[in-house]
Amino acid sequence: MNIFIYEMKTYQNSIIIWSLSISALMLLFMAIYPTFAEDAALMESILSNFPEEFARAFGMGGNLSLTSVPGYFKFIFIYIQLAISIQSSNYGFHFLSVDERELTADFIMSKPVSRRKLVISKFSAAFSGLIITNTITTAAGLISIELFRNGNSYDAGNILVLMSSTFFFQLFFLSAGMLVSVSVKKIRSVLAYSMGLAFGMYIISALKEALGMKALGYISPFYHFEPGYMIEFGKYNMERASISFAFIIVSIVVSWNLYMKRDIHSL
Amino acid sequence: MHAIEFHKLTKYYGKARGIIEVDFNVEEGEIFGFIGPNGAGKSTAIRTILGLIFPTSGSADIFGRDCIKYGPEIRENIGYLPSEVFYYEKMKVIDLLKYSAGFYKKDCTKRLYELADIMELDLKRRIEDLSYGNKKKVGIVQGLLHQPKLIILDEPTSGLDPLMQQKFFDIISEENSKGSTVFFSSHILAEVQELCSRVAIIKEGKIIKLEDIKTLRQDNYKKIVVKGDNLDSSAYRIEGVSEMTGDTRTLNFFYRGDINKLSRIISSQKIEDILIQEPTLEEIFMHYYK
Repeated sequence: MNIFIYEMKTYQNSIIIWSLSISALMLLFMAIYPTFAEDAALMESILSNFPEEFARAFGMGGNLSLTSVPGYFKFIFIYIQLAISIQSSNYGFHFLSVDERELTADFIMSKPVSRRKLVISKFSAAFSGLIITNTITTAAGLISIELFRNGNSYDAGNILVLMSSTFFFQLFFLSAGMLVSVSVKKIRSVLAYSMGLAFGMYIISALKEALGMKALGYISPFYHFEPGYMIEFGKYNMERASISFAFIIVSIVVSWNLYMKRDIHSL
Repeated sequence: MHAIEFHKLTKYYGKARGIIEVDFNVEEGEIFGFIGPNGAGKSTAIRTILGLIFPTSGSADIFGRDCIKYGPEIRENIGYLPSEVFYYEKMKVIDLLKYSAGFYKKDCTKRLYELADIMELDLKRRIEDLSYGNKKKVGIVQGLLHQPKLIILDEPTSGLDPLMQQKFFDIISEENSKGSTVFFSSHILAEVQELCSRVAIIKEGKIIKLEDIKTLRQDNYKKIVVKGDNLDSSAYRIEGVSEMTGDTRTLNFFYRGDINKLSRIISSQKIEDILIQEPTLEEIFMHYYK
């Protein structure tokens, strides 16, 4: 509990900043929605002029009209996911590597704590941080929809299904970051890694949409948890999501085993 | 029961040598010196018994229990002070020490304040604002606040001024007299000489000598200085003489062997002064590292 509390304190500012930024982003995006919806016909004709590949790559393709609430929310949610993926990978690359990078491992690991307990406490703290962010942003999302839906209807259940997927989406990046951080000798800069992972996955998914290469999409959680499908059908696309589930389990198991045998080097 | 037992403990970092078949015991209640130059493997041995790194082969027991298998339980009774101290920069000293105390089952608050008082540590400052010497003091307090049965010191005195060093040695001696075993790694021999009863000397990953500090210092070596007007160094070239330096006016050398043989040579020459000394550990040490 000692470690968990300490870790939570170190995440405190980060959680606040991410939660506020993502909430603000959603509010801002939704605030533009009424303009979109008011002149629906005009918007439709503008959008239809975009090349289809381009529209798809930026999340404007698919069956749902951008002028409807679900269609618009699906479009903005990709950018929310992008922000969430950066935060989650940040935590993932950070939480097991920080003590080695800042050389505090000697302190913490010479205490009567098992590595099991250390990993569990640190993982729980990082994941709790993400869950808190998730809860706040979900609330902010629902509020901003309500505020700016302009009388248009939407299915709250479907939105909630979409929002709930964030939980796994976060786990994907958290566990991927953890896996890399225990596989390499040292993570010098967390940000370089997390930006690389988050944007890399986003670009892969965007390329998949633009080029229509389905195989490419299977790599990326942006495709596994593609908002369009969930918001349209109110359920996960299990064929894709299960790839993420499997990856999460494998990376947690592998990271665990690697960390139990990891040599902690001094200077 | 031994405080520490090394059983052919070997550690390779990939192909790089860490330690090779380190095998000796540290008795309960003694202050044991572990000496060797940088890179000899002192820290490797220590980090293995703390469970920070894992042995390639062999094992080590602390108070009769395997240091890897029972790591957390064993560390309940270990206090560790590393050579380089790093703590959470943003924390206040008192918060760090309380965090540290929170890992142990017993209440360490009283001893925490006592030690901080002796070491003249300002508890309200942030770690990042502390000088190196002050961080080291934090290290000493966090390593000793739970009154460990085994104190492991890895080159502990660097960064401490002589006054603080003395205070630190006093604390260590006090803990020792209360029954704690001390495992003291160092390359500064004077401090080992001052505190320890036995030493192990490590060189290139292997233990080359395990001895009582007294025996080690005696070891029949004498440091000899002969002064005169016209000394003939070639006359001294007998078995047992080493490290001969100097000129016709002064000769410095070490001698190990029958002192009568040497005295006959000296008496055969006209000399002005003679000095026969016990070599310091430092000088003996140099000898092992030749």
